[in-house]
Amino acid sequence: MNAVEQALSPKAALRLISGNHACALAAVAAGCRFFAGYPITPSSEVAERLSQLLPEVDGVFVQMEDEIASIAAVIGASMGGVKALTATSGPGFSLKQENIGYAAGAEIPCVIVNVMRGGPSTGMPTRPAQGDIMQSRWGSHGDYPIIVLAPASVREIYTETLRAFDLAETCRTPVVLLYDQVIAQLTETVDLADAKDLRNAERKWASGPRETYQPYATGEDGIPAMSRPGAGYRVHTTGLNHAENGFPTQNPEAVARNLGRLLTKLDRHREAIDSWQAIGCADAEVVIVAIGISARAATRALDLARARGVRLGLFRPVTLWPFPETALREATKNARAVLVPEMNAGQLSLEVERILGGKRVDAIHRYNGEPITPAEIAERAEALAKEAR
Amino acid sequence: MIVDSAAEFDVREYLRMEMMPHFLCPGCGHGIALRALLWAIHELGIDKDQLAVVSGIGCAGRLSAYIDANTFHVTHGRPLAYATGLALARPDLHVVVITGDGDCLAIGGNHLIHACRRNLKLTCLMLNNEVYGMTGGQVSPTTSESRLTTTTPLGNAEPNFDACALAAAAGASFVGREVTHHVPKLKELIRSGLAHPGFAFIEVLCDCTEIFGRKNELGSSAEMVLRQKSDLRPSAYRDSVDTPFRSNDLPTGILAKTDRPEYGAAYRKAAAAQRASKAAKASTGANKGKA
Repeated sequence: MNAVEQALSPKAALRLISGNHACALAAVAAGCRFFAGYPITPSSEVAERLSQLLPEVDGVFVQMEDEIASIAAVIGASMGGVKALTATSGPGFSLKQENIGYAAGAEIPCVIVNVMRGGPSTGMPTRPAQGDIMQSRWGSHGDYPIIVLAPASVREIYTETLRAFDLAETCRTPVVLLYDQVIAQLTETVDLADAKDLRNAERKWASGPRETYQPYATGEDGIPAMSRPGAGYRVHTTGLNHAENGFPTQNPEAVARNLGRLLTKLDRHREAIDSWQAIGCADAEVVIVAIGISARAATRALDLARARGVRLGLFRPVTLWPFPETALREATKNARAVLVPEMNAGQLSLEVERILGGKRVDAIHRYNGEPITPAEIAERAEALAKEAR
Repeated sequence: MIVDSAAEFDVREYLRMEMMPHFLCPGCGHGIALRALLWAIHELGIDKDQLAVVSGIGCAGRLSAYIDANTFHVTHGRPLAYATGLALARPDLHVVVITGDGDCLAIGGNHLIHACRRNLKLTCLMLNNEVYGMTGGQVSPTTSESRLTTTTPLGNAEPNFDACALAAAAGASFVGREVTHHVPKLKELIRSGLAHPGFAFIEVLCDCTEIFGRKNELGSSAEMVLRQKSDLRPSAYRDSVDTPFRSNDLPTGILAKTDRPEYGAAYRKAAAAQRASKAAKASTGANKGKA
């Protein structure tokens, strides 16, 4: 039994592991067979674990010369038809952005783990932050679609890593797994018994004659079939704006048509992409919107406030981008106000304000490396509830 | 030995003819280098379906679009990094990188030295025209000293890299240089590089006639290509400099060739050995009781 089979055997369903370890195990379980990375705190354990796991399943681990080379090698492996992953933190995530844009534009599936630490620049490498909420969506130049998943527990890192690969493959897009240092290095007992229902989705592969194959054909669901090198299609892949045939074009109609399809392709798959958790929102006076460690603190704050007679709810986007707008509106429709606790100077709160236009949105912004406590969230939310009564 | 297979080699079999006319300037050396590459591929009998060409940004980077193969036109400076992932994930493919002097030695310099060190089976064809042609003629890491470019109006005061010396110093197991003037010799060199079981770095001296040649009054394209024969490059203002900077005397042909383990094969061998050893331990019960 190899390490992967061991990890997934029924006997081992109950495991005491860290978030980064869970990510590595899930990647292999999802069929990832290539990892390229560069050491960076607090994500390095993902690389270390995969350097042990991948050789056991005939996969390849490579430590590249820098962050840019890592994402480039990952995209290169995926262009070869192999599911691929890289893991990094803020500074490395910044360096990867140009090539994440390439993967989005050329529609190459890949998964990028970004364990958020303090910023800007080198920031606080061993301290948590949630400062890459906007960068994960808008970090590369130009307009492009991307999926960002924000797990809040070790178990959820496992399940969302599985989902990240499925979404990357089926939607032909880069997927970012965005979690903070606390969740990454937190060790929890997780029950993986029901996480074995793996879909292990494969991308849609080209079939039929070469003469009629269009590598960027519009298709029924907006996701073009990809061709595997060696299968006889011999197509061209480029970061230049291209037409359906994959070759560069500056024809305004062709660019508008193909970029238009790219920019709207995720809209058609929102049912599979969207994911959120709503707790006690129906009768809540104040709904808290949070991700990651801040959401876990908020869960406790709900109990603290209810014990004092204040009804709080929690809306937690598990899929952060595209943001589950409709679900947020639904979850907050009865609330008098919304509170966004987040470990940055104001990012998630901007999106919440945009979606809820007009509703009172308050925020706790923390950027000193200390997680926001349940008591702080409860206190602010209770005050907000009383003001709004 | 130079085998003249020119008569039975039809370059059109390896080109996407629907992409013609190509975008290269009249007199540009890149088309000559491309022909030599395709000729070498033809002679080695490499299946187009199993051929992957990864190229960067710049004039050299645009060549991949014309090749009837699996072609990947990636980001500036990164083709070696993309190719590393592709070749590691798909050892069945024949992976060739086409890059330019700016792409390979400036923005992509870090990837070059580590590709040389790693020794993964890849063929890297660096077309050196001494200038950033696509962006209008700016100075590059290989621009000869004192040359005029759009960003060195006073003449280039920086010493220029000897790319082959750099690659050899970084451990490349195959290093070679040739000029576009000697097409059969260039084809032979590329053929040797393609057949090399490791990382092969090949520098091709290509003339940029329209931009670099015009700016420096180097004459017509025919005069420029003939000058490659007489004195490979125009004389610099220093007689000799230490490596890795370029001297006036540029050797051509195979400049370095060593027999080192190929990285991908070495990795897979170690992984297979570990799997076998674990399986043996498990079957003898030696692993019993371990978590």
